[in-house]
Amino acid sequence: MNYISIKNNQTILLTEIPESNYEAFYDMNLDLVRGHIERHCVNYFGYKVGNNIKLICCIADDSTHDILVSTCLVNKAHALESFTHQLLCFEKFEREIHENFGINFIDHPWLKPVRYAFNRDDMSQTKENYPFFSIDSEELHEVGVGPIHAGIIEPGHFRFICNGEQILHLEIQLGYQHRGIEQLFLEKKKLLQRATLAEDIAGDTVVGHGTTFAHVWESLCGFEATRDIEFSRTLALELERIAIHVSDLSGACTDIAYQLGSSVFGRLRTPIINYLQEWVGSRLAKGLIRPGRNQFPFTSTLAQRLTQVLDIFEPEFKEMAAKLFMLPSALSRFERTGVVSNADATTIGAVGMTARMTNLNRDIRTSHPFSLYPELNHVPILKRHGDVYSRIQIRREEIEQSISYIRKLISEVPVVESKHEIMHTPKPNSFCLSLVEGWRGEICHCALTDNTGELMLYKIKDPSFHNWLALALSVRNNEISDFPICNKSFNFSYSGHDL
Amino acid sequence: MFENLKIVFHQGKQFIPNVKTAIVPGIFRGRPVISVVKVDEEKLIALCPTDAITGNPVSINLGKCTFCGECAMHFPEKITFTKDYKLASNIPERLIIREGEDKPVEVDPEKVRKEIHRVLGRSLKLRQISAGGDNSCEMELNAANNVQFDMSRFGIDFVASPRHADGIVITGPMTKNMADAVQICYDATPDPKIIVLVGTDAISGGLFVGSPAIDRSFLERYPVDLYIPGNPAHPLTIVNGLLDLTRKLK
Repeated sequence: MNYISIKNNQTILLTEIPESNYEAFYDMNLDLVRGHIERHCVNYFGYKVGNNIKLICCIADDSTHDILVSTCLVNKAHALESFTHQLLCFEKFEREIHENFGINFIDHPWLKPVRYAFNRDDMSQTKENYPFFSIDSEELHEVGVGPIHAGIIEPGHFRFICNGEQILHLEIQLGYQHRGIEQLFLEKKKLLQRATLAEDIAGDTVVGHGTTFAHVWESLCGFEATRDIEFSRTLALELERIAIHVSDLSGACTDIAYQLGSSVFGRLRTPIINYLQEWVGSRLAKGLIRPGRNQFPFTSTLAQRLTQVLDIFEPEFKEMAAKLFMLPSALSRFERTGVVSNADATTIGAVGMTARMTNLNRDIRTSHPFSLYPELNHVPILKRHGDVYSRIQIRREEIEQSISYIRKLISEVPVVESKHEIMHTPKPNSFCLSLVEGWRGEICHCALTDNTGELMLYKIKDPSFHNWLALALSVRNNEISDFPICNKSFNFSYSGHDL
Repeated sequence: MFENLKIVFHQGKQFIPNVKTAIVPGIFRGRPVISVVKVDEEKLIALCPTDAITGNPVSINLGKCTFCGECAMHFPEKITFTKDYKLASNIPERLIIREGEDKPVEVDPEKVRKEIHRVLGRSLKLRQISAGGDNSCEMELNAANNVQFDMSRFGIDFVASPRHADGIVITGPMTKNMADAVQICYDATPDPKIIVLVGTDAISGGLFVGSPAIDRSFLERYPVDLYIPGNPAHPLTIVNGLLDLTRKLK
């Protein structure tokens, strides 16, 4: 087969990636994914090589823990058969390639703009002329929401087609948050700038994106992170998961007007993020993850303190959760609301929590383990119904799971290895792919270096990139008044999508 | 019913009694203090990811600082970050911390527009706009209204519509794709209205300065009433900043 199998965080030479013509590339990648539930596309992108465009497709195989990378050189002048026509999970990737390079894909159902990148191929496409689906009917009406929403959240536009109170269709238009981060990764030359940029990709996934960048960079430089460094990352990832999951439970309570749950879960986030502040000086752990360095060494004093925090947090959380999950008026709003079926989640290539709530087992912590996860013997939490209730159940159980992982981790604080090896510069002409399971799901960063070892391309994929479509599907046939709870129960990233 | 009361009892009183004197836990990186010790200035300046540090005399612009703490880590004898979370000011100049100075960042009441004290002094309704914000400042703005920081007790609230608002709060470096929405939202807010920038990205653009996807021309057209630095700004920084702007110091 014309692909190369690599492991998570492995650096290879660009020339090692086998190149085929588009037909072979097309058949091979489709065959890899079609009918194989254990495989899905983690990244598929292009970059300019002279007048041509080089496509790189990365398929993760969860059973063998491999990532299958292949490449193909194409030209804008020729329209290409679309992957999406066969498998919908490639939908967003092909739209992105179309937007950036103007490649036309035959039979793609909707080659609409993704994020209005500043360097898009067709500058005549603007937010104003976005081709929304519309229905010409006397009975139906459209509702437009956003970009600015009622609460304090990021911007995005939602266009509903409704039959009375019932939603028939939702289309989500994003791109408002586009800051040109991928380009800035190439322009900002200092490592600290790049590490800070990675933390700014999505401010709610500071540790997730920070760790992914650190892994990419260390792999490119041939740096072997010591145990204490990976310990901090694993611990911070789980703390971040707890903090956001709790605040999302609070959000879910707010959206069903359950004041007690909203206040209590809302305030329960504080001890966790205040602990992060005690450890690293920032409530959202900004400044903690740095490639090749243990910026804030974890000590046994900090471990004791964390045990104290968790000892108080856990019973308070459990008490509130027990109440919420027994409350009939809350359950009636959660159950069978915003359902995404397992078949739909598989078709659109959902990842992370969005996949797991439909019993689709996608969790990088087990499938492509990194940091200290191999020792934790992580077992993903799966739910079957795909409704709001499944999503908040996952949050509740993942919080409890994370607490047990943290207790296990801090029972043995690793010694800080005083002499860290020196980090070299990135290897030239290389390719590296890194996967990390953030609280939302799989984060994928890919880096390509040129012949001087400088970054030539930095490609970031937030889990929301796959998952936004799940929200659009979930609200169909629901009351429009249930949209907020559907949206909050997913809590996708706008800035992570728009970059 | 009983369970509800039990939860309320177990939670106890959560609010911070005095938001002006509360002490934040841990090693919070707030207002930096720069000593007069001589160090390799060039090296220090080169360290900063956002060019917030300038030399001769050494100073840090909080509007540009990402509070990563790297400078204090490499030059502990020169720069220390204190736990002072009062960082907001209405004058950009006040956000610059110079070496040898250890004085608080303050709102200059003389420079506050008169109608702000008179009209918005007791009740302030704000419309938040995220214009490329990474959701960190947004989360902290939400936190400013949770049961602990409880900003509503001062009559400061966030509202859903700009028509109900007395001003706008902008987070994020201001993306080109949000430029129209920001303008429309501002135009829809009735006079007198204020503009508040929260977070380093909003105040200076942060790391996104020079990105072609950013359009900050809105800020050239209208005066800004308050700058609240931070990456993200701490809820106490936000609450104190808004209070200092709208309340006359007694």
